This record gives sequence, C-alpha cells and structure tokens, in this order.
Amino acid sequence: MNKLLSILLWGAIAVVGAFAFATIALKRGESVSAVWLVTAALAIYYFAFRFYSRFIAHRVLAVDPSRATPAERHNDGMDYVPTNKWVLYGHHFAAIAGAGPLVGPVLAAQMGYLPGTLWILAGVVFAGAVQDMIVLFASVRHDGKSLGEMVKMELGPVPGSLALVGVLAIMIIILAVLSLVVVKALADSPWGTFTIAATIPIALLMGIYMRFIRPGRVGEASVIGVVLLLGSIWLGRAVAASAGWAPTFTLGGTQIAWAIILYGAIASSLPVWLMLAPRDYLSTFLKIGTVIALAIGIYAVGPALRMPDVSQFIDGSGPVFSGNLFPFLFITIACGAVSGFHALISSGTTPKMIESEGHIRMIGYGGMLTESFVAIMALTAACVLDPGVYFVMNSPAAVIGTTAANAAQVISSWGFVITPDVITQTAKDIGETTILSRAGGAPTLAVGMAQILAQALGGKSMEAFWYHFAILFEALFILTAVDAGTRVGRFMIQDMLGHVWAPLGNTELLPANIFGTGLCVALWGYILYQGVVDPLGGINTLWPLFGIGNQMLAGIALLLCTVVLMKMKRERYVWVTLAPTAWLLVTTLTAGWQKVFDPNPAIGFVALARKFGEAAANGTLLAPAKTVAEMQRVAFNNYLDAVICGFFVVLVVAMCVYAILVSLKALRVSRPTVQETPAVPRAPGAVYA
Amino acid sequence: MREARGGDAAGAFARLRTFGERGCEVWRGVFGIPDYDAYLAHMRANHPDQTPLGRGEFLAWALDRRYAGRGPRCC
Repeated sequence: MNKLLSILLWGAIAVVGAFAFATIALKRGESVSAVWLVTAALAIYYFAFRFYSRFIAHRVLAVDPSRATPAERHNDGMDYVPTNKWVLYGHHFAAIAGAGPLVGPVLAAQMGYLPGTLWILAGVVFAGAVQDMIVLFASVRHDGKSLGEMVKMELGPVPGSLALVGVLAIMIIILAVLSLVVVKALADSPWGTFTIAATIPIALLMGIYMRFIRPGRVGEASVIGVVLLLGSIWLGRAVAASAGWAPTFTLGGTQIAWAIILYGAIASSLPVWLMLAPRDYLSTFLKIGTVIALAIGIYAVGPALRMPDVSQFIDGSGPVFSGNLFPFLFITIACGAVSGFHALISSGTTPKMIESEGHIRMIGYGGMLTESFVAIMALTAACVLDPGVYFVMNSPAAVIGTTAANAAQVISSWGFVITPDVITQTAKDIGETTILSRAGGAPTLAVGMAQILAQALGGKSMEAFWYHFAILFEALFILTAVDAGTRVGRFMIQDMLGHVWAPLGNTELLPANIFGTGLCVALWGYILYQGVVDPLGGINTLWPLFGIGNQMLAGIALLLCTVVLMKMKRERYVWVTLAPTAWLLVTTLTAGWQKVFDPNPAIGFVALARKFGEAAANGTLLAPAKTVAEMQRVAFNNYLDAVICGFFVVLVVAMCVYAILVSLKALRVSRPTVQETPAVPRAPGAVYA
Repeated sequence: MREARGGDAAGAFARLRTFGERGCEVWRGVFGIPDYDAYLAHMRANHPDQTPLGRGEFLAWALDRRYAGRGPRCC
C-alpha cells in the first residue's frame, strides 16, 4: 500500500515537473509565467533528493546508521552534541545561506533566464549538493575534522597549507565584493542608508537585552528586533523626505566605502554578544521570512518572465559582466549551484552535532537544495523585471552615461526598448532619486521583489516600503558577514604570522589582535576601495575574481572527496565526484586564463592594465579617469587582480597534481587506506534513523 | 462546570507555553546554542565531580564558539 502511494506521489511530481518544463520549452519566445520556472525547479529538487542523494548515501558512501558519530562518541553537552535532525538542518542552512545566491543569479540574468536556471539546477544536483554531502560525510568519518585538516591528512601537509592560504585569499575577496554590493545599494540613498545605520543601535539594544535583561531569550529579542527594523524603514521614508535630515544620510560611494571599512574594524573588535550575535539572529529571521514570502508572492501573483529566455549577451558582450557564456556563466553563479565555501561549513560544527550517519543526506544534500531554491527565486525576481529597467540598473556609467535620457537611448539600441519616463517613474515608485548603474544584484533583486510583493500585498503605494525592506534584508546579511568574516580572517592571519614571529600568533595578546584585525581590514578595504573607484563599476571586475576563487575552493573540496572515495576503495563510484570536479576545473581554469591573458581589455586584466598604463605614459586620458594618477592606479589594480587570479590558477593546478598522485597510489593498494576514525557501534537503545 | 473550563484554559495556556519554549529551544539550536538542560543532565550523569557552567556562562561560551572567529562563515 505504501509502495503504491509512493509510486503515485512520485508519478504526480514527475507529471507536474514535466508539464512545467514543457510549458517553458514550448512557449519560447512568448511570455512564460514565473510559476512554471519555480515549479520545474521544485520538481527537480524532489527527484534529485529522492533518487540521486539516496544512491550516493547508500551505494557510493554506504552510510552506516549503526556507526557512532563524533557527537555520540565525544558527547560533552557542548562541542559535541547529538542534535535533532531538523534543528541541525536549520543550523546548517543558516550557516551556508548568505548573500551569495542573491547576487550571482541576478548578474547572470543578463544572458536570459534559461542559461542561469539550467546551470543552477544541473550544478546543484550534480556538483553543489554532492560536494556538501560528501564533505560532511568525510568530516563525520574523520572525527569532525575541518577541510584543511582533512586535506592535510589525506593529501599531505603541503596541499593542506596551500588550501589554507587559498581560503584566506577567497575570504578577503568575498568581504570586499560583498561590501561593494552594499556601497552600490546605499550610494546617494538617504532612505537606505538611514535604515542600515539604524540596525546598529537596534542590534546593540538586542545584545544588551539578551545579555542582561532577559538572558538567553533569543526568540523574544529577535521579534523585538524585527519590529524595530520595520519601524526604522517607516522612519527612513520620513528622513529621506526631510530637507534637514536627508543630506546627512546622503553619502557618495567612497564615503560609504570608508564607513563600511571603519564599521568592519570596530564591529569585529567588539564582544560577539553585543552586536554580531543579535545581527545574525535578525538577518536569519529576515532571510527565512523573506524567502517564504517571496515564494508565496510568486505563486500568488504569477508574474510573467519578461527577460528573454536567451539574450544576445551570451556572446560575451554584455554590460553586467564580460565574457562568453562558457566559462563565465559558471563562475558568475557560484552559491546556489556549487559553492566551495560550503565545504568549510560542512566540515565545521555540523559534523560534530550530527546524531546519525543516516542524517547526512538530509542535512548535506537537502540543505544545499534549499539554498539553490533561494538562487532560483533571486533569478526569477530579476527576470520578471522590465529588461530595460534591469539593464539600466546593472550597466556601468561608462556604458550608459549618467542621465535617464542617455541610458534609455543606449539600452533601447540593444533592443530592450525603454523610455526615460519609465526610468524616472521606476525610481520614484521605489522612493529613490535614481536607479542608474546600481550593479551588484541587491538593488535589482529589491526592485523585482518589491514589484512582486507589492502586487501581492499593499499595492503600488507599498512598493517603496518593500524595496527598502529588501535592501535592508540584504545589507544586514552582508554587514553580518563583514563582521564575522573579519574575525575569521584575523584568526587565519594570526595563525600564519605566528609561524613567522610567535608573538603575532598569540590571539590573547591585544597588540597582536589589533595588528591582525588591522591587516585583515586593510586587505579587503583596499580591494573594496579599488572596486568603488573602478571605471568599469567594480562588480564587473571583482565578481568574476570571487567566482573563480569560490569555484576553485569547490574544486579542491571535490578533489578531496574524490581522493577519499579512492582511498576507501570505492573507485567504482568515483565518477560521482570526478565528473563535477572535472567540470569545475575546466571552467575555473579557462575563466582564470581568460581573465589574466585575454587580449580584449573588457575581459583580460593584463590587457586593461596595459591599455591604461600606455595611455597614461602618453599623457592621454581614458574616461572615466580624470587624472594621469587615476589612470596609473587603474593599471596597477588590474595587474594586482591578474596576480590574484594567477595565484588561484596555480593553486588549483598544484592541488590537482597532488590529488592524482595520491589517487594512483591508492589504486595500487588492494585495501582501504583512508585515515578514518575506526568504527564504533552506536550505544544500545539508539534509534537507527 | 466553570472550574473545568478554567482548568481547560490553564491547560491550553500551559501547552502554549511549552510550545513557545520548544520554539525558542529550536530557534537557539538553529544558532548552534546547545540545550542547557541536556548539558546539565550530561554533566550530572558523567562528571558528578565537576561543577557545571551556569546558564549565563554556558550561553556566553556558545556565542563565543559560534562567532568569535574560529568557525568560517559563508558568502
């Protein structure tokens, strides 16, 4: 009976999914409702989870629910605690979900909705979720060890150190590029700037509440915080409308960049209970709420996808980021398809809290599918916008100019007809003065969300409120990441410096701490500043650098998974990790090569550096640089980007060589050589779930 | 009759309260704050010779573990 029910259920899901895909496929060229896109994605997720993740768990990994996990073996009520499957799923999702899946898909929408959707779905099913799940499995079998430690154990000490340096480099770039997203969203927006500034006292208040007034009342404080945040959005409207206050909160790009740098330095030095923890509660609360609201909104409103299925910009000439669909689509959408950063989370606290190996599938594979769903909705929100508005918001000033009339003319010439009136009206609807060149994903997503949510709830008059709600939600996330990331970066820097001069590695020593924090902030602050003054708008340059770094880390994590499978003598199934590894290496190395050496200055860092360097030497000025010194700085920064990119490429090639050598050695031995913790049966009475 | 109804209301209130407390516990769990009562039970059962941390200390420790920089965070 159960079996029959299961067949009927899966049959029904198959029919719905097939129907959704058929609708998308048959209506190419006509307008398609976003509902079909979201439905098709959900059907794929169900199938992948039901069949592929099950295959991986039972056949490839042979998970053993009767084997004690680190949480059970070392149960101390603190670090190692067997945790309820659903609570841990929530914990894991809250740790992997950030601003990444909200930005990449929006940028990739310039190529149309189809390429991004297909990559997100194929990427998550065959690469992203596989990586998260197998790294989690490996860490559980290695006594809860971290990615770096596992690389050291299974591949050797040199690859272990290389991986750590790579992680630090990516960390720095992530912090810079995420801060740049905030700068782009808040520049010249008094309403947005005010609400974001208001989150600081709100977080402090919550921190004090949870520490002294009602200790540990996380739920209460979160509710109070959310109510205050909503209030600050209302107040922000009044501030933006007031002649006295608006100028105080109207800041230019470089001013906001400095404010974020200063914020990062101070916030990451405060005790965590005061600001970081309350901010994190708030942003997680908002994230879960907003994702659910957006999903309901899409189904309630059923907006049509107005972006073409495939745009002319797959040829690499797009204004948002340059370069062909292959390889650049695959590094632009990282989080949501496959993200190397997740390998750090999957080998962080989650493996120390997992109750049974039987839960690995739900938490590792299922958690990543949920993140992917967030990416699909971000893509949808960008594609239901008028494409003209999308390109106005995402093209750099160097391409579309700085007036609505000029922008409308340029973008209409690409075939996306838009009038200056529509541009100014859209800005007015969302309570802003301009929407020109607000690249970085957040503002575009916010406009898309505002239009969907306003149609579902509140109508046109609520659009400005929803827009600023969406901006607040994203900026809150990013500023939390800046704070937490700076702390992590400081520890990593101190760890490394400690090898050079021991006192610098002492994390209890105040001067060493200040030095570590200062160095970390200086590194990402420099890259952020260069992005803000970049003639191509910054995102254009930095997002690909982040994408290459993140996918490279995913490549390293999947190489580790491959090596672990080889050493477990499960080479029969090694294609499960080898195929995504190969794909990631091919895309990352191609993209890395092109970003460094492509002769087209829009793509290659070296070519652009040469162009500006030579012009500066001849004394000619290239817009939008205004002085020869600015031109020289552009040249220097592009050489720097080329070096970082080249470093990633060398790193991944080196890891690949090590992985091949170790795998070949494992192949020649007839018994498993993996360094797992010996199996211990679970305590009697444990439920084998 | 009236008494029974009062008892029902009290029961419903108690259930609501338990539900709320469970909700808060789940919410704390999502942020990686382990259950304090489970920790106390564990300490009593396995390390009766040691003094367990107080609720406040335990909470501060959990916050530090999650945020003080050792654990990586995602983009």
